[in-house]
Amino acid sequence: MGSVIITKIADNIISPLGVTSDENFEAILSNETGLKNQEGTFGVPEPFFASLFDRKEMSGLFEKEIGSNCDLTFFEKLCILSAKKAIEECNLSPSESNVLFILSTTKGNIECLEDSLSDNRCYLAESAYRIAKHFGNGNIPLVVSNACISGVCAQIAAVRELIGGRYRYAVVVGGDVLSKFIVSGFQSFKALSPVQCKPYDKDRIGLNLGEAAGTIILEAKTTPGTDGWEYVSSSIHNDANHISGPSRTGEGSFRVLNDILQDVNMEEVGFVNVHGTSTVYNDEMESIALHRANMDQVPINGLKGYYGHTLGAAGIIETILSMKAIENGVVLPTKGFDTIGTTYKVNISNRIRKTDKSAFIKILSGFGGSNAGISYMKGGEL
Amino acid sequence: MKTLSHIQITPSVTIMNEKVISNSGINGIYREFIGDYPKFFKMDPLCKLGVVAAELLLKDRVAEEKENASIILFNRNGSLITDRKYQKTISDENYFPSPALFVYTLANIVTGEIAIRNKIYGETSFYILSHQDEDVMDEVVKNTFLTSNPSFILTGWVDYDDEEHYLADMKLVNQL
Repeated sequence: MGSVIITKIADNIISPLGVTSDENFEAILSNETGLKNQEGTFGVPEPFFASLFDRKEMSGLFEKEIGSNCDLTFFEKLCILSAKKAIEECNLSPSESNVLFILSTTKGNIECLEDSLSDNRCYLAESAYRIAKHFGNGNIPLVVSNACISGVCAQIAAVRELIGGRYRYAVVVGGDVLSKFIVSGFQSFKALSPVQCKPYDKDRIGLNLGEAAGTIILEAKTTPGTDGWEYVSSSIHNDANHISGPSRTGEGSFRVLNDILQDVNMEEVGFVNVHGTSTVYNDEMESIALHRANMDQVPINGLKGYYGHTLGAAGIIETILSMKAIENGVVLPTKGFDTIGTTYKVNISNRIRKTDKSAFIKILSGFGGSNAGISYMKGGEL
Repeated sequence: MKTLSHIQITPSVTIMNEKVISNSGINGIYREFIGDYPKFFKMDPLCKLGVVAAELLLKDRVAEEKENASIILFNRNGSLITDRKYQKTISDENYFPSPALFVYTLANIVTGEIAIRNKIYGETSFYILSHQDEDVMDEVVKNTFLTSNPSFILTGWVDYDDEEHYLADMKLVNQL
């Protein structure tokens, strides 16, 4: 294990804010958001505030980029387009036997249940198979479905498969699209804010949902001293407390941070990119976990004010944007935040801040009491 | 990897370490071997199946060992058994979305229920595959030991189609 280095060789984000990672990063620097009020969308009776794709615009893009004559759903095309753009960036041959596809999603094609309660397109492995097959890849794809933490868990799964040695490249694709199923569920939970979300703010009242897909391609290298982004550490822990409520002690999230700090020097961490959903309980829980890990002073930021909670994509797109931020020497702002509203006064801001550090930590928490974190460090020249 | 114990639960037979221990399915196993966890009755069928299987596998394990264990489960259906039930609560004609059902519309909730019942604070992960592919599952579990150091891993297949068709084929393994 010691001699294998896991590096990121390509990435892509497709969201309502842009179809490349750079477009998305620029949009955030310009303080754009995909979030807006939605009325009557998906047949949901109550209005909701969310970041949604323009379906018509996207289908034009799909036709241009991946062709029209294919039996694929909107969700699958979205994932394929994101993977395709990342694959082209690094000139990977995706059909090679040393390439593994990993899909991160919570609900995949769940809207297919509206048509038929036995629609086989609802099986997540079927979507993963179709995505891998589109690229001519014959390996059995993994689907990571770990609720809101899936995007980080999928990267961790990729790291493990690469260190394990069976594969050299992992194409980690994460995505979710919204539907009546997902929106009504979060509404029934009273988890949604009817206005722009306010992560960590004293007036936060709930989360916004969003749609996106993202791809990170990782490669196992045996020669040290590579340029670019290297995987450093990761951890997954359960709260063992409640299936839908965050732990009041931040137990799982604290254990994740504590594990990662065994491998990463806090002095080198530019920021922690938090989950920051803007629900009362999530943000409070995270602040407790950060405090327990002695990270009150470390800059933190959350990106849900630009995208909403993008479920299976969140861990992937937020990791990519964190890399872009370090590359540009900045800590991205937390849109929607104004006045700290958590018990512990963590170091959060709605402004762009400077950093000269080379590492970051990305954390997530979700239903099922699950918590995950991953850390990458920028090596050599970029 | 070394297998410490193994269980297989189907609607007609439950086999623990190669010995038949019950013929009465999920609820029968609950009555015969557990019986004191009222929360069981609130769970969806996938969670019930995973929780009873885990209970039998973990019954001789001490708390310190369980705290640092990991749970890595696989299936084909995800949470579709409950997804379909929830879908029926949001039809245009009869729109009453149920939060009690919605919380079980995620495949990984079963790993959380097992963690809560057994005070397991280690990793919980859920993977979906098209079929019970032992080679892929073993590789994932073996590789988990490369980036984490659990006392043991509770792993295997846990899939629920309907009352007549379900399978828990789970085991405890440690690194060796």
